[in-house]
Amino acid sequence: MIKVDTYRAVAEAEASMDGQSRYMGGGTLVMRDLNYGSYGFERLVRCTDPRLNSVRRDRGRIVIGAGLTMAECAENRDLAFLAAPAMGVGGPAVRNMATVGGNLFAPPPFGDFATAMLALDARVRTAGGEELGIEALLASRRTFRRIVTEIEFLPPPRGGFRFRKVSRVKPKGVSVLSICALLPQSGGRIRGARIAFNGMGATPLRATGSEAALEGRPLDRNGIAPALDAALQGLSPADDELATSWYRRTVAPVYLRRMLLERSHAY
Amino acid sequence: MAKTPIAFSLNGMERSMFVDPGQNLLDALRRGVGDLSPKYGCAQGTCGTCSVLVDGKLQLACITLAEAVAGSSVTTTAGLADGSELHPLQRSFMDNFAAQCGYCTPGMLMAAKALLDRNPSPQRQDVVEAISGNLCRCTGYEPIIDAILKAAAFMRTRGRP
Ligand SMILES: Cc1cc2nc3c(=O)[nH]c(=O)nc-3n(C[C@H](O)[C@H](O)[C@H](O)COP(=O)(O)OP(=O)(O)OC[C@H]3O[C@@H](n4cnc5c(N)ncnc54)[C@H](O)[C@@H]3O)c2cc1C
Ligand code: FES
Ligand code: FES
Repeated sequence: MIKVDTYRAVAEAEASMDGQSRYMGGGTLVMRDLNYGSYGFERLVRCTDPRLNSVRRDRGRIVIGAGLTMAECAENRDLAFLAAPAMGVGGPAVRNMATVGGNLFAPPPFGDFATAMLALDARVRTAGGEELGIEALLASRRTFRRIVTEIEFLPPPRGGFRFRKVSRVKPKGVSVLSICALLPQSGGRIRGARIAFNGMGATPLRATGSEAALEGRPLDRNGIAPALDAALQGLSPADDELATSWYRRTVAPVYLRRMLLERSHAY
Repeated sequence: MAKTPIAFSLNGMERSMFVDPGQNLLDALRRGVGDLSPKYGCAQGTCGTCSVLVDGKLQLACITLAEAVAGSSVTTTAGLADGSELHPLQRSFMDNFAAQCGYCTPGMLMAAKALLDRNPSPQRQDVVEAISGNLCRCTGYEPIIDAILKAAAFMRTRGRP
């Protein structure tokens, strides 16, 4: 049977973690595993430190606590650009529970919010003070046994952040794929775009081909054409019960085009 | 493995109980306290029939760790009626044929309650969003949406919480 340990201080919680422990954020995924008896750990670690739910500014960067729920994120005016990815996670009850920290570890088809963090080039901080970039975290998350306490990023330029979730069940279904883009512009040309896909690999991944092809181009039909051709470079979607790999490869450039051209998806 | 003692308020009454490590709130409510109003559907957060309010917020009891509600206030469908007087949402569900097999009904009612507590004048789209985490296999959702909108209108004129 499982053991549950609850700590007030997150540093203590992390220090107690070993190979048999699993940290629980909102528990929306961990509890499912427990209910179905399919968990590979003996001990559940919780933390009630209220700082895990904080939102603050630090030298121009936004720092959000890993325990912030999707609902809290969607309601926070300083995080208005994240309302779309936060509202994209589950229904209202799931959003009241699901944390932004847990989303970084959620396996496909989940990870819509993590995709936004990847587009924003976020950095995470652990209870032990370690800092790492979002890509390093996503690449190592299967074996990651520390507790993420904070996620920080620069706010996107106005109008330069877009998110789109593609699901089959309306109004709410899990993602066939989701896309998020940071699109800074200078003189009407894209400079340093970051485009991230969820559902196109084992973790959220950058569409580096599209990013390079957008550099210096205007955000119009002709300007984005090379980026659409390059959209699938380095991405390898799986076949699963939601869609085939072929389907995802076919629709990903279509949804990327819509997202890049439709201003209604811009924050 | 040692059980954990917890105390919380359930529909306004103080409750104390022992929960197993890892036990979910749905199981604790149904088997521990005997409140059978939140239903057991999928046990994976997908169907919404176990929805309850924890400190006023909609949560899925099946994926809520029971010991995490210690010190909280939990509301289930059993706490909606005022004695023998049904809550306007319950009455509206009856009057508008919003329940067929009834399995989704407790979850729908709690999702609707969470909405109306926050927004007494919802638009249709607000209702659709509010029940988007709750599955109904019988009604096609339209009677449920109508029932919630009608209950909201009734509550605005009568002022019942
Ligand atoms: C019905 C339903 C619908 C859903 N729909 C979506 C959806 O549309 N999009 C989507 O992206 N997700 C969805 N999810 C999945 C899930 O709710 C979210 O991904 C959520 O953000 C996970 O966060 P959590 O806090 O609940 O994670 P938990 O269940 O607490 O944990 C998940 C994993 O993350 C680890 N973890 C959690 N927090 C931390 C931390 N601070 N540091 C280190 N490790 C941590 C845990 O150890 C565990 O391995 C859905 C889930 C359900 C039940
Ligand atoms: S039983 Fe809880 S969501 Fe289905
Ligand atoms: S009335 Fe049967 S599932 Fe909704």
